[in-house]
Amino acid sequence: MANIKEREVIYGLYNDEEDLLRAVKSARQDHMEIYDVFTPFPVHGLDPAMGLEESRLHIAGFIFGTIGALTAFLGMTWVFVKDWPNIFGGKPYWSVPAFIPITFEMTVLFAAVGMTVSFYIINGQGPGVVNKTLDDRITDDKFCIAFDKADVDADRAEAFFKNTGAVEINSKTI
Amino acid sequence: MSAVVSRIREPLITGNKTYHQITEDLVSPTEKTPTKEWVIGFIIAVSVLTFGVFCIIWTIWVGIGAWHLNRTINWGWDITNFVWWIGIGHAGTLISAILLLFRQKWRTGVNRAAEAMTIFAVLCAFLFPIIHMGRVWLAFFIMPYPNTRGPLWPNFNSPLLWDVFAISTYFTVSVLFWYTGLVPDFATVRDRAKGLRRKIYNVLSFGWTGSAKHWQRWESLSLVLAGIATPLVLSVHTIVSFDFATSVIPGWHTTIFPPYFVAGAIFSGFAMVLTLMIITRKLLHLEDYITIEHIESMNKVILLTGTMVGIAYLTELFIAWYSGYVYEQFAFFNRALGPYWWSYFGMMFCNVVSPQFFWKKSWRRNITLTFFLSIVVNIGMWFERFVIIATSLARDYLPSSWSLYSPSWVEIGIYVGTFGLFFTLYLIFVRVAPVIAIAEIKHILKTGGDQYVGENAPHHHHHSESHS
Repeated sequence: MANIKEREVIYGLYNDEEDLLRAVKSARQDHMEIYDVFTPFPVHGLDPAMGLEESRLHIAGFIFGTIGALTAFLGMTWVFVKDWPNIFGGKPYWSVPAFIPITFEMTVLFAAVGMTVSFYIINGQGPGVVNKTLDDRITDDKFCIAFDKADVDADRAEAFFKNTGAVEINSKTI
Repeated sequence: MSAVVSRIREPLITGNKTYHQITEDLVSPTEKTPTKEWVIGFIIAVSVLTFGVFCIIWTIWVGIGAWHLNRTINWGWDITNFVWWIGIGHAGTLISAILLLFRQKWRTGVNRAAEAMTIFAVLCAFLFPIIHMGRVWLAFFIMPYPNTRGPLWPNFNSPLLWDVFAISTYFTVSVLFWYTGLVPDFATVRDRAKGLRRKIYNVLSFGWTGSAKHWQRWESLSLVLAGIATPLVLSVHTIVSFDFATSVIPGWHTTIFPPYFVAGAIFSGFAMVLTLMIITRKLLHLEDYITIEHIESMNKVILLTGTMVGIAYLTELFIAWYSGYVYEQFAFFNRALGPYWWSYFGMMFCNVVSPQFFWKKSWRRNITLTFFLSIVVNIGMWFERFVIIATSLARDYLPSSWSLYSPSWVEIGIYVGTFGLFFTLYLIFVRVAPVIAIAEIKHILKTGGDQYVGENAPHHHHHSESHS
């Protein structure tokens, strides 16, 4: 659904994340452009090996949190100072210390919800989304490197997979 | 992987597992027909839940008069149960967030179930303040929104409103955290399934593919959620304690409440996690993933937080005496030796004495004792809330309005009913989702699996030599 453009990929499956890491590193050395790598769990060291930039999701989280804090604090200020000034227990209208708990909770709420929603949107995920997968065992015990045939010649990719210890080599249109 | 593993750490995954075996072990409970134990448990849970729903309807129909609260003791079992369930709901986020930040790998075996338990416990807790409002159909008045009543805003200076924000935020963040962790595991279930089941799990998995970039973002999201959930979990019970601490009732008006409530919450939450996990690991045969090492680690947390709670009790007593304030002194004298003395001593025994058994290593590793004490601890924590709430109110400033309180069958029914709700949801959860986080277990296999670390590791001796 998300992918409008279909692409022909050739992919190799590895049995172990250490084989995968070595293969990714050698692909980068040989200047073979990797389409994507799929793993059953987050493999540490894979991001630098692939040359992935650090995710900027946490910056989004910070911005959402700031919006939450401002919404809560300015909202309460407006209600109690401007819209409906009332004296509670002899405290001033603008009783800042009493606003801290709600401001904090709203900061956390906005940051968490904003970040999670952003995460699914930029991943192209959501309830009902069908993303084509290369192999059912990728979420089980296989580690996969995929090349787009438009970027990497199929024969070269096959030779690469054989040299780096891939246990299976397949092609698929996704 | 050449990760550095301390040689004093025991393996967290036993049975020489491969990645595929982990998938097999953890997904298969959702694929098999329910066992007889599950069906019986589910029928009991739903029956109890039905009775609880009946009691709630009865309360709403008849009015709060169906309870035995009175003008003096206007908070009774309802708020006791609310604080108790919220407290239990603290362990999940503690395990998944704080232990993630502290890099405690043993959290991986229990975090999924503990987070689920958190969500269900918070749902049970939610019920009580809402029913206690009496006119539940007006419960939405607590939300601040422009309205035709003035507009009439809720009081943002009130701890009761802070509670609304704290608990709804806590619930939302817990659900997001839990579900984000579940998404890759639902994909694992999906990729083993066929037909309709595959379609359902594809919806649940949000179309997860396992792409490296997605994993990178997933880890970033998990880490930030853990970072913000850590102060959040501490804030929730702090704010719950403000419900009491900001009032001017002797026995409630104390500054020790926030840390004392948080420690108590973690204490009771871990006890509930142990109660559930000991049953779950037995029935789903997860002994290789929830090992004695996990149980011992949790017992250490119980020992620590139980002792903190004990120190808080003694500090309270000391300060009541040292303050020279007669009303405070009377409140504590009355707590220990007044009409509710049995609940005070019940609390002292269950919360302060019983966890001390866990100083002994072999007792920390004894499953039967752990199971028994985990229940004792939760009884004690229920007593604690009852002691704080009911005994402080029963003897107020005016002796002519002194009163006593015992619950009506409706109040007992609602409390029992929340167990029905809790276990119904938990039993559905163990059928639908992997109870142990599959991807995270695979992630720690090479640093926690018994074929890599500990006694069974083939290179164990070789490593010791090369390091010396």
